[in-house]
Amino acid sequence: MQTTTERIERPEDRFLAAFEVHAGHALNGNGPRMQALRREALTHFARLGFPERKAEAWKYTNIGRKLAHPYALGAPAPALTRDDLAPYAIPGLDAARAALVNGRFEPGLSSLDGLPEGVVVTGLAEAAGAHPELFERHFAHYADYRGEVFTALNTAFTRDGLFVYVPANTVVERPIHALSLLDTDADLFLQPRLLVVVERGAQVRLIESRHARTGTKTFTNGVTEIFVGPNAHVDLFTLQDEGDAAAQVASRYAYQEADSYLATSTITLSGDLVRNTQNYLPDAENCETHLRGLFLGRGTMHVDNHTLVDHAKPHCYSNELFKGILADRATGVFNGKVFVRPDAQQTNAYQENKTVLLSEAARMYAKPELEIYADDVKCSHGATTGRLDAEAMFYLRTRGLTDGQARRMLLLAFARDVIDEIAVEPLRAHLDRLIERRLP
Amino acid sequence: MLEIKDLRARIEDQEILKGVNLTVKPGEVHAIMGPNGSGKSTLASVLAGREEYEVTGGEVWYDGKNLLDMEPDERAREGVFLAFQYPVELPGVSMSNFLKQAVNAVREHRGEAPLSAVEFLKLMKEKAALVHLDPSLKRRAVNEGFSGGEKKRNEIFQMAMLEPKLAILDETDSGLDIDALRIVADGVNQMRSPERAFLVITHYQRLLDYIVPDIVHVLVDGRIVKSGGKDLALKLEDLGYDWVKEQADAETLA
Ligand SMILES: Nc1ncnc2c1ncn2[C@@H]1O[C@H](COP(=O)(O)OP(=O)(O)OP(=O)(O)O)[C@@H](O)[C@H]1O
Ligand SMILES: [Mg+2]
Repeated sequence: MQTTTERIERPEDRFLAAFEVHAGHALNGNGPRMQALRREALTHFARLGFPERKAEAWKYTNIGRKLAHPYALGAPAPALTRDDLAPYAIPGLDAARAALVNGRFEPGLSSLDGLPEGVVVTGLAEAAGAHPELFERHFAHYADYRGEVFTALNTAFTRDGLFVYVPANTVVERPIHALSLLDTDADLFLQPRLLVVVERGAQVRLIESRHARTGTKTFTNGVTEIFVGPNAHVDLFTLQDEGDAAAQVASRYAYQEADSYLATSTITLSGDLVRNTQNYLPDAENCETHLRGLFLGRGTMHVDNHTLVDHAKPHCYSNELFKGILADRATGVFNGKVFVRPDAQQTNAYQENKTVLLSEAARMYAKPELEIYADDVKCSHGATTGRLDAEAMFYLRTRGLTDGQARRMLLLAFARDVIDEIAVEPLRAHLDRLIERRLP
Repeated sequence: MLEIKDLRARIEDQEILKGVNLTVKPGEVHAIMGPNGSGKSTLASVLAGREEYEVTGGEVWYDGKNLLDMEPDERAREGVFLAFQYPVELPGVSMSNFLKQAVNAVREHRGEAPLSAVEFLKLMKEKAALVHLDPSLKRRAVNEGFSGGEKKRNEIFQMAMLEPKLAILDETDSGLDIDALRIVADGVNQMRSPERAFLVITHYQRLLDYIVPDIVHVLVDGRIVKSGGKDLALKLEDLGYDWVKEQADAETLA
């Protein structure tokens, strides 16, 4: 028998080696707590390691293949002008804009005038220095950097991203548009972070759109934390459209206090591999949570939505709807976990996943997981995967529509209930057009 | 306008149409009656181009063109319309969007410019009135939550919007009360013209009091076994189909 003593380099090793180099110029205001937090996160990262193929949460998503690529861990910031960002604007949308390029906040490309008093929208690095107390009260309090490897990695390496703070009882009328752009000549690994803190009784609508100006291979390991204070109201719309060479793991952690409302819509239009891990913790009574998603897959695209709604307290409501359209050899994964803990009586939790497959080779893996430990609850889930209804197709064609027209009409109708819930009219209209154009 | 010669069709392994012959001239109304399962809807479906049916023999000529060579949407654009026995619900597809695309597809094929938004709304309003459909329906999804009667009236409404040359109505009268039946029949009668032909499939003579046919055919077991004037419908309603079958069997034997 022969044994190999040669050390095979694992992707983890590159990050571990890079840590010492990068830790020095991490977040501003890098106080002792932040230093310690980073080191702790790195330790967890080293211990957890990237998921093996047999890991249950990664069963259908071969992330190892993407991680093996020798990405650069940093790149010079490109000099962009406002004109460069113009193609990614949402027509007719009156919004405050925060621009991020390669995960870095770009004040010169942002337009943040006219926000209500006390509202902060700025780079995360800036915020760590300028609002240390607020920052430390929330940063890494909701994200599971001890147990989830990508979150641990991001926490160890966070340099910048976006910070949004809405003080108590403040209503932000205009939506805030966080526009993220990838622009690099290198194959790049990025780790942006978004921290959203919405205090008691405040209200805000956030639009997050992600695009790329590059065709190089990128891997974005992003983490978002959202704190929704008592009786606060938050809408988050995410548009993922980074092109065919972009891999991403986007982990989101939302924490809700009593009587609060949180609705998120995650629209995935392109990407090489997209993994969205979304964790919602309504941790007080009378919370309302909506999770919506729509994904369009073509080519060899892989879209994986993992969601967890963890009902810990009574009288909460959650409603989840994820819809997908998959063509060619695209694959989709939906894993929706709902926990109803023993205290969470009178929980109403609904979940639905529907996917249309447009080709023989397209695949969908759907797995709803309900774990209910309270007895007085209403919960339901459903997952359906199928083809376009042949009878409906025939009906439309007997009215003169071509095969292509009929298909588009039915697919748009299929996507309708996700799109129609987008409460920002110009964004809804924009998505309507975009989806129609981009239907597989 | 329409010439069906010895048409045979099957679904899965079952032969359903076993040699149908039928000639329809412009301006005529032909009624097709026959027992359940005799192949009436199959005939309508084959004419409209439903893919599940396999045509195993015969020919269909429409306006000098080989109808069986055309895709279902080409047939529609050429002026063939099928009012479905069971209209399909299309959740998420609004009536106005649906009809706008349909009308403009047909107009484009005829070399006409697409209708402007204003013209289209005007047309919708005018045609909806024809079958007493509430104009607010334009915002609703096609057939979703429509009552049985509304679905049937919606078929006639679509026919009026598309102005076909050959309209095939598959049991558009079934399940309608007398008021709704009159509305549907009025709608059809207003569309009768020397250039337009109708193939009206029904189980009930009652409809033919309102839409008076030129010829009544009896389809039994995949064949037209008898044709006659509108009195034939009365006789069928009184005596049922057995006598026609017996007569047909006797003729085959002889
Ligand atoms: N999709 C199908 N698969 C198998 N058999 C079918 C299918 N559609 C129709 N048939 C069979 O074909 C025969 C003719 O059906 P068709 O619907 O044409 O009859 P019909 O004359 O319209 O009857 P009805 O008066 O009940 O509407 C029936 O025996 C029916 O069971
Ligand atoms: Mg029938």
